[in-house]
Amino acid sequence: MATKMPKVSVAIVGMGWVGGVIAAELTKAGHNVVGFERGKTRSTEDYYHVHDELRYANRYELMQDLSKETVTYRNNEKITALPMRTYGSFLLGNGLGGAGVHWNGQYFRFLPYDFQIKSKTVERYGAKKIPDGMTLQDWGITYDELEPYFVKFEQMAGISGDPTTTEHVGKMSKPFPTGPMKQTPAMKLFRDAASKLGLHPYSMPSANLADNYTNPDGIERAACQYCGFCERFGCEYGAKADPCVTVLPVALKTGKLEIRTFSNVTKIVHDGKKASGVQYIHVPTGEEYFQPADVVILASYVFSNTRILLLSDLGKPYDPKTQTGVIGRNYCYQVNGAATSAFYDDKEFSTFMGAGALGAVLDDFNGDNFDHSDLNFLHGANIALTQTGLRPIANNPTPAGTASWGKEFKANSIKYANRVLNVAAQGSCMPFRHHYLDLDPTYKDAHGLPLIRMTFDFEDQDKELVKYLAAKTKAIADEMGATKTEMRDSLSTYNITPYQSTHNTGGVMMGADPATSAVNNYLQMWDAENVFVCGASAFAHNSGYNPTATVGALAYRTAEGVEKYLAKGGSLV
Amino acid sequence: MAKDKIDRPQDESKRRFLKYTGTAVGGLVVGGVVGGLIGANARNTKEEAAPAPSGSAPAVSNERDYNQALMFFNQEQYQTAEAAAERIFPADDLGPGAKELGAAFFIDHQMAGMYGTNARDYMTPPFQKAEAYQGYQLAFKRQELMALGLDALNEYSQNNYQNKFAKLTEDQQNEVLAAFEANEVDLKGVPAATFFTMLRNLTIEGVYSDPLYGGNKNMAGWKMKSYPGNQMSYYDAIEKEGLVKYEPQSLHDHLTS
Ligand SMILES: Cc1cc2nc3c(=O)[nH]c(=O)nc-3n(C[C@H](O)[C@H](O)[C@H](O)COP(=O)(O)OP(=O)(O)OC[C@H]3O[C@@H](n4cnc5c(N)ncnc54)[C@H](O)[C@@H]3O)c2cc1C
Ligand code: SF4
Repeated sequence: MATKMPKVSVAIVGMGWVGGVIAAELTKAGHNVVGFERGKTRSTEDYYHVHDELRYANRYELMQDLSKETVTYRNNEKITALPMRTYGSFLLGNGLGGAGVHWNGQYFRFLPYDFQIKSKTVERYGAKKIPDGMTLQDWGITYDELEPYFVKFEQMAGISGDPTTTEHVGKMSKPFPTGPMKQTPAMKLFRDAASKLGLHPYSMPSANLADNYTNPDGIERAACQYCGFCERFGCEYGAKADPCVTVLPVALKTGKLEIRTFSNVTKIVHDGKKASGVQYIHVPTGEEYFQPADVVILASYVFSNTRILLLSDLGKPYDPKTQTGVIGRNYCYQVNGAATSAFYDDKEFSTFMGAGALGAVLDDFNGDNFDHSDLNFLHGANIALTQTGLRPIANNPTPAGTASWGKEFKANSIKYANRVLNVAAQGSCMPFRHHYLDLDPTYKDAHGLPLIRMTFDFEDQDKELVKYLAAKTKAIADEMGATKTEMRDSLSTYNITPYQSTHNTGGVMMGADPATSAVNNYLQMWDAENVFVCGASAFAHNSGYNPTATVGALAYRTAEGVEKYLAKGGSLV
Repeated sequence: MAKDKIDRPQDESKRRFLKYTGTAVGGLVVGGVVGGLIGANARNTKEEAAPAPSGSAPAVSNERDYNQALMFFNQEQYQTAEAAAERIFPADDLGPGAKELGAAFFIDHQMAGMYGTNARDYMTPPFQKAEAYQGYQLAFKRQELMALGLDALNEYSQNNYQNKFAKLTEDQQNEVLAAFEANEVDLKGVPAATFFTMLRNLTIEGVYSDPLYGGNKNMAGWKMKSYPGNQMSYYDAIEKEGLVKYEPQSLHDHLTS
């Protein structure tokens, strides 16, 4: 029998960016919050010896321990899903701060087009433009409605960027609170080349602080040192915006947040209409507890959010055969793979220096910023040159045709270690009927509960997008004065082994219609008014951008919604 | 030219650095860490060694190292792994190979620890036949795959060249490894290509990981690539043209007493 704990007002599952933002807002407003985190506690002090590529980048020190829980994967319904036994296409967050500790900090608001993608596509190209099986959908919110919440996240995190924006992105009511990051010679080559081609490059907006910054909550943080150990690592300076150095200290200071680490939530307890609280396992002892709460917030990332709902039998599971139900629907990813490498025989770069979000980027081929009439795909990608800091185990660039070991490998990988620049596209990912999440029938976690199962593959849409965008990356790279360039323009079957991106989205999507969405535009569940399911699980598709700006904005909106709900109750829309 | 210049932290930049981190020390979040790092940084600046003359291969010291011994391999496994690693990353004009860099010690230590036992991997059955894109699906732990793979290297060498792997000529060793890479070997059910990829990746890790793990002896792997290891800050260098050179530092330099 689970031990019953004293009731609180709000229970939040997961203490990453989403959980942290909501905890800070609700505790500042005076509500009592318990935050559950299955992993350990973390602070900047833990990163004293963080400049260790093997430990953090290759052995995944900060990520979820797969021996306890993983994801199973198949690329279509005809084959048996098997567990991702080792990392991995994506790296799951674990412990205080979640993936917000080891992210890059590349910050992009999604485009106005994204939130109304279906209606805008139909309006411009007609309904026939949407291929069979693509479950494209508007988000039930507009860019303008979400705009003030982007501002809140930016002010809190101290996002650094250019003072003005290009015509390709949504308008900002307030500029970024700190100026752009420094510009490296490689970034300058990219910007000059792109400008020469009539494109519109700008400084990548960054959550690695360009300058010392004090945020509206009074949190002071130091500027980024461009140390080159950023993504997959924690920041020893607190320069990278991370929940542990921004929102969580603010929430804790109110005295109204209690964080319970090593507490794995397995279930939302409910009566079919409302939740009464959450059930969780104290990981070290295996003991079970029940935490009663007025409001339950899932902030445990795409996979856990979906899985906890399915394990709790809350919301209607998606069935791809009948296309009914919503939990697990519209799982999307990021379509990478279009890129061009520029090799310089006569020039070297200090590419070992860098920061997670240091780069130059353009949106000329993102969203609907270009005409798709004669193209066999929708949406697009951003194209960027980043300088995130190349590290020597991973950085062994060689021209095509070089063996992967031996004399020639050694000579070439050393020769080109500081002589290669990459221009790469980060592509959007459209939803399809047969891409979804459900519970695996065979494989279980350490507690004996079914793992989440992913059914996903790249479609013709994605392959066409990669081909088109790759040619654009090559055109830019060819203008960058390299000795030679090599383009990569083909995308094959989705493979779970090589790292691609931790931008998983969907599963508990938002929308205006309960038949095709699980949560409303406050991320409040249609089927249980006191349950909010937050994070990229709410995305109806994924854009040609990193997700966290939009995740963060939605978290601020949820916090506002929960406050309203606690005051009045009922559906917020 | 910036390319040939050794970039030493200037007094001005150090003051600047202290000023920046000083803000954080006064703030809520990073005092303990950065406080310690400033000490380590100052000490290392003093101890900075003279730069190697350009063009010469970085030297590896021959001093006896009592920290070097085996945790997992037996003698023969060690010799086989060392010989194979040297073919994967051979000594040449650019500098030392995997053998001199201690990559075989690195591999040995990795096999003895949690990586070798797949402690953080999902190793729950059933193990089923997989599509290529479903990733590693074997019941073998890395330790087991390594031990069986090294045996297989020797057995294949005996069968085809009548000698142990470590005793073959370089060309013969390359042929053996190429056969494993191409999965043309079937011995004791060892998945040859999977074993080869693991050995290849471990060798590269042994060459370039921080010396604290037993390889990359004296940071000579890093020196070949002009990789500066663990530096505190590039705030003042990030905008510079060309390859800015540093005397590398390892995490050992980060220890404060
Ligand atoms: C290497 C890397 C680089 C990235 N770079 C960028 C970038 O540049 N820009 C960008 O926008 N995004 C980036 N991302 C993605 C970004 O990190 C995520 O979008 C963001 O951190 C998600 O926040 P979250 O709070 O939704 O989830 P998470 O940070 O994953 O937090 C969820 C938390 O819930 C906990 N949890 C899960 N299940 C349970 C349970 N059952 N019980 C209790 N606790 C549970 C987890 O342990 C975790 O701490 C990157 C990710 C990675 C891995
Ligand atoms: S690059 Fe900047 S933000 Fe990233 S870890 Fe280093 S100092 Fe921190």
